Amino acid sequence: MIIDASSLPYSALNEEVRGCGGQCRIIGCLGQRFIGAGLERGSISISGIPGNALGAYLNGAAIQVEGNAQDAVGDTMNAGSIVIHGSVGDAAGYAMRGGAIYIQGDAGYRAGVHMKAYGDRVPVMVIGGRAGSFLGEYQAGGRIVVLGLTGQERPIVGNFPCTGMHGGAVYLRSDCRDILFPGQVTARPAGPEDLAQIRPSVETFCHLFGQDAEEILGAPFTVVTPDSQNPYRQMYVAN
Amino acid sequence: MKQLEGQVRIPSGCAVSAVISREGKRMDGQAVIESMKPMHDRSNGLGGGFAGYGIYPELRDYFALHLFFRDHACRKECEAFLKERFDIVLAEEIPVRKLPEITDEPLIWRYFAAPLRSALRTMQVDEKEFVVRTVMRLNAQFPGTYVFSCGKNMGVFKGVGYPEDIGRFYRLEEYRGYCWTAHGRYPTNTPGWWGGAHPFALLDYSVVHNGEISSYDANRRFIEMFGYQCTLQTDTEVIAYIMDFLLRRQKLHLTEAAAVVAAPFWSTIARRSPQEQEVLTYLRTVFSSLLVTGPFSIILGFEGGLMALNDRLKLRSMVVGEKEDRVYIASEEAAIRAMEPNAEHIYAPTGGEPVIVRVKEGTY
Repeated sequence: MIIDASSLPYSALNEEVRGCGGQCRIIGCLGQRFIGAGLERGSISISGIPGNALGAYLNGAAIQVEGNAQDAVGDTMNAGSIVIHGSVGDAAGYAMRGGAIYIQGDAGYRAGVHMKAYGDRVPVMVIGGRAGSFLGEYQAGGRIVVLGLTGQERPIVGNFPCTGMHGGAVYLRSDCRDILFPGQVTARPAGPEDLAQIRPSVETFCHLFGQDAEEILGAPFTVVTPDSQNPYRQMYVAN
Repeated sequence: MKQLEGQVRIPSGCAVSAVISREGKRMDGQAVIESMKPMHDRSNGLGGGFAGYGIYPELRDYFALHLFFRDHACRKECEAFLKERFDIVLAEEIPVRKLPEITDEPLIWRYFAAPLRSALRTMQVDEKEFVVRTVMRLNAQFPGTYVFSCGKNMGVFKGVGYPEDIGRFYRLEEYRGYCWTAHGRYPTNTPGWWGGAHPFALLDYSVVHNGEISSYDANRRFIEMFGYQCTLQTDTEVIAYIMDFLLRRQKLHLTEAAAVVAAPFWSTIARRSPQEQEVLTYLRTVFSSLLVTGPFSIILGFEGGLMALNDRLKLRSMVVGEKEDRVYIASEEAAIRAMEPNAEHIYAPTGGEPVIVRVKEGTY
């Protein structure tokens, strides 16, 4: 089913999306928020610019965007997938706790802020380009992969990456020589076992966006994890 | 008992938007009104406003004073005061379109005026300082009278309502300017009233702001020592005065002013070149009370250009795009696409990174 979103407010658009069981193509999208929120089934493709909190609380459905997306893509998503054929704004994958987000271009500030994992629910976010400051801020679980495939003039990640991180892992396709990490995380060159963790996600990314997985995985990666020898102790209360 | 807005705290939102022609080509106010429509839900109907630059070319040598009056008694008292200080070449009600969406508007007038030479001589100040002092006195000492715009060849149009309705109310499609900024308000902590809508303006500086200023009182106390008086019950007002202080009175460059209000962290400064460290350390030290903390994305308009700026932590969104001679800036990419579907080079500036756009000299 094709839904023409032009001049539809976000609530009416989302009613139509739910009405067709999440199986639809949205055209003329311009800033409508919460598209596919909480959706369990179906596949939505979007042309135009979806508004903030695209796929918030997504619970199994698939979303694909032909261009850029705005802030808070996949906010608190639980399962399913979001594929962006462009760049995203700030706070992509905010508090994400399952499923996968694939971004062809760059991510703004705070990508993966407070991402978490439990049991077999391990969220994954792959950013093809570069990430802004505070990547993986307060990360508690899951995997964030940044490939740095876009313009080389900026560093692969901005300032203060992994601040407050206490779980999960960040994989940066760079030697990270010029990146300043906080003292509570460990940044080390990724070995074969580390790369094996992200290989399926990188292969999916390459399949989606026409890249060569072997070439991408052949470059040096840095893996960032919390430093268990130097945890955040007594930040606010004794515990 | 039902609590009124202003008695209860409302969480934040707000939308900003701007378009500018680097070639100085004038465009009507409709495009920037359109940009606010996809961001409708960022506002809550308690404030909307616009600033247009280059809109009064026939009267470009006169300060365009836009005023709200509670009633005609306020207006007459203010006019008597103005006539002793200015040569007023035109006084009129600002034309508006009556709309069901916009109610309880004050009297809205504009005056095109030049300071009397005798008054300038008596006070021993230049005409800009004279206008600033006059505006401060009117806003602080004339209850029911508020000057909300006082630059040359520019004007602010604002009120209580959704921005797209405020734009229609003021008939902005009838004005043509080389730069427009816009704001949709979702008031935080302070009431939504006509004088509290954005933009806030002093001389040709105007500021639209999404965010809230944690450092408001520290900033206010500092700036009030230099004769500025914060009377309009919205934190953004202080940014307009800070910019006037830093740019006009301290003669800082725009990038320097940006490094004052959105100063980099010391850890970031430590990684810059020695020369940059020296400048940034100087600015942070001398103007430490003008560091604006808390989330903000602002667009500063001025004669011949604009500057967009995020707080150093980038706690608010801002996107920039361009097409031919035009540069577009907004809280959301959707707003840019509403103005120009084929906008190119879309990017989000980093926290504290000023985006400065200047119009070609001689075209405005």
